[in-house]
Amino acid sequence: MSDQFRQAFDEEARELLGELEAALLELDQNREDTEIVGRAFRALHTIKGSGSMFGFDNIAAFTHDLETVFDRLRSGQLAASSELINLTLSAGDQIRCMLDEASGRGQADAQRSAAILAELRLLAGMAEPGGATPVQDRVKAAEVGVARQWRIHFRPGADVVLNGTNPLLLLRELGDLGRLEVALDASAIPPLREMDPERCYAAWDLTLTTTAAPEAIRDVFIFIEDNCDLEIEPVSGQPVAARASDERQPGLARSAAARVSGSGAASSIRVSAEKLDQLVNLVGELVTVQARLSEISARSGDPDILAVSEEIDRLTGELRENSMSVRMLPLRGTFERFRRLVHDLGRELHKQVELAVEGAETELDKTVIDQLNDPLIHLIRNSMDHGVETAEERRAAGKPATATIRLSALHSGAQVLIRVSDDGRGLDAQAVRARAIERGLIDPTAQLAEPELFALILEPGFSTAREVTDVSGRGVGMDVVRRNVDALRGSLDIASKPGEGMTVTLRLPLTLAIIDGLLVRIGEMHFILPLAASLECVELTAQDIESAHGNRIAMVRGETIPYIRLSEYLRLGTPRPEREQIMVMETEAGHHGLVVDEVLGNHQTVIKNLGRLYRHVQTVSGATILGNGTVALILDPHRLVQGAIQAAQDRKGGGRQQRPPSGRNTHGTVGFNAFTRKENSIHVI
Amino acid sequence: MRQMVRFTLSEEGYSVIEAADGKEALAKLAAPLHLVITDLNMPNLDGIGLIRSIRANAACKGIPIIMLTTESQEARKQEGRSAGATGWIVKPFTRQQLVAVVKRLIG
Repeated sequence: MSDQFRQAFDEEARELLGELEAALLELDQNREDTEIVGRAFRALHTIKGSGSMFGFDNIAAFTHDLETVFDRLRSGQLAASSELINLTLSAGDQIRCMLDEASGRGQADAQRSAAILAELRLLAGMAEPGGATPVQDRVKAAEVGVARQWRIHFRPGADVVLNGTNPLLLLRELGDLGRLEVALDASAIPPLREMDPERCYAAWDLTLTTTAAPEAIRDVFIFIEDNCDLEIEPVSGQPVAARASDERQPGLARSAAARVSGSGAASSIRVSAEKLDQLVNLVGELVTVQARLSEISARSGDPDILAVSEEIDRLTGELRENSMSVRMLPLRGTFERFRRLVHDLGRELHKQVELAVEGAETELDKTVIDQLNDPLIHLIRNSMDHGVETAEERRAAGKPATATIRLSALHSGAQVLIRVSDDGRGLDAQAVRARAIERGLIDPTAQLAEPELFALILEPGFSTAREVTDVSGRGVGMDVVRRNVDALRGSLDIASKPGEGMTVTLRLPLTLAIIDGLLVRIGEMHFILPLAASLECVELTAQDIESAHGNRIAMVRGETIPYIRLSEYLRLGTPRPEREQIMVMETEAGHHGLVVDEVLGNHQTVIKNLGRLYRHVQTVSGATILGNGTVALILDPHRLVQGAIQAAQDRKGGGRQQRPPSGRNTHGTVGFNAFTRKENSIHVI
Repeated sequence: MRQMVRFTLSEEGYSVIEAADGKEALAKLAAPLHLVITDLNMPNLDGIGLIRSIRANAACKGIPIIMLTTESQEARKQEGRSAGATGWIVKPFTRQQLVAVVKRLIG
């Protein structure tokens, strides 16, 4: 377990404890409020969940009973009393002590934990700590496996490549020994003009978790032993391993430890997210003002002002990229943490499950990543617990015994799609329906289409699992997923085929406040297309139109590109110019063209929200202010293309049957609303 | 020895070019190679000489070279390394050892 993950859990748990405390104090004022109990319960649920995932088994076990008590509070089997509230408050303090202990500060009093739990059971009238046993069993099981963690610093000599060694192959070989995390130490890489391309300047900081002996690790490097700096030291907190290596290399281990603590202090600083937001806001303002300056200077034609304006343009661009990149992180860290979750849950549930990760290099705003953790935990648990069958069941169904849970991320224009899919038994529409009626979520006579029905599993308190397990089944999980995705202004799709598995797609707006856009003109109006989704711009010639025989298809470099004429599609009513340009965009549905009058060029785009009234306009993802003060809408190419395809299918099928109204609104953000024709006319005031 | 090396590597899916000694090896060096395995003791041009010649040839820069040594040849091994050998295998070795070393150097 790397320190980074421990720290992530530590931060998250403390935050949740804060929430718990706030909820408890509110509950003290307002004993009957089940919403507050729900908040406290969710905080405990998540602490327990991520606790057992990151190997904080004592915290998970301790929290389990608290969670059970709050579950009974929630269902009304138990009434909130001031004793209970006070006891839970001190339990929260005890969890803080355990966190302190885990990060090496102080020690938690195990007797105190036991005393709190005993009192809690007495208060709640619970007999035995039944549910806690699996966690404790797991602790014992974990102690049997002796994977140790090693920190390795590896700096190959400058001429190793010339002598035929490929350091990357050595890293790969290390990776075969266990789980390897690789971080590049680029500190010695010189400026380009001083660099000799045949020399090796890179060094690596590696964290290896392996059952192999330290000799085996050293053996990987044997050919360049005397032509590299190699430090191998056990990660602290594992005394057995530490002793073995200290005897062998006392000097090295000590100096490495000093180096690590020395460099750690200076390499990064912590800044509150609020300050970063403020910075990004200011940069946004600056970009807008800069656009005005460019406009004015271009009009004045004064070469001095033009020069200054260009300089400022360049600087703002750099400033913008820098301040945005400060908040961007790859998803890798988040995704990789789930391997442990899948592993542990698989053992607990006696299911063979493999986690496949795709697109982990996709970068997302840190604030989004932070809020993604909870929903993903719950989705994975849900898949493992309810979706994936046991090995025997799978074999009987003719599937491979090992199930696969696939976690993938990809950019789709200005959005990021995150998918969690499994090849388990899938959702049973009838069971979902029956359960929803039982819980009073829908009327027994309601006619619901499948996606709408599936969306019901996101309702609070919904669970088709018959019993409460340590993993999931209390029906909080999916509720948390929806809350989090809502908070991120994203949407969620559930697709499932019985027997083949289920796929949940989270569609999150790339909440970058500022993007690179492409400014285009249609008639007198300006629009922004996200540059990230733009592939190329070609002219749509009269010959193209003629040779397509009335079909909206253009040949671009031998590829057939269907296109949408935006002025018609958006009903702008502008006359068709002599020359048109076609922007080839990359969308989920393949390459498609958007036809505009003119492509004006690159534009740094500060995204402004359209406001609540325009929430349902799917083809427009925001607006921006241009240099001359006018507004340009930011188009979402993916939604445009999707809408056009849908419209074409409707036309072909003679108008598809509208779904009957469901009586219950499936929340605007759960985006199952079919594309309707009235959405694609846009009025700009 | 050479047959054993060729047989093992061919079985692993590598294509192997053989040479009887260092001189012949140098002559066959023109083809695009990924790895050279050489004994230290050879007639005409020995292993050390071969390694030096290969490293002096700009076209063969960075080619991994494995030398076959014996326990008693520690000094020769050092000589080979300073000449630019990438790795070594101590004779006698098993087929598994050979394959492991080849994999380490060329994947």
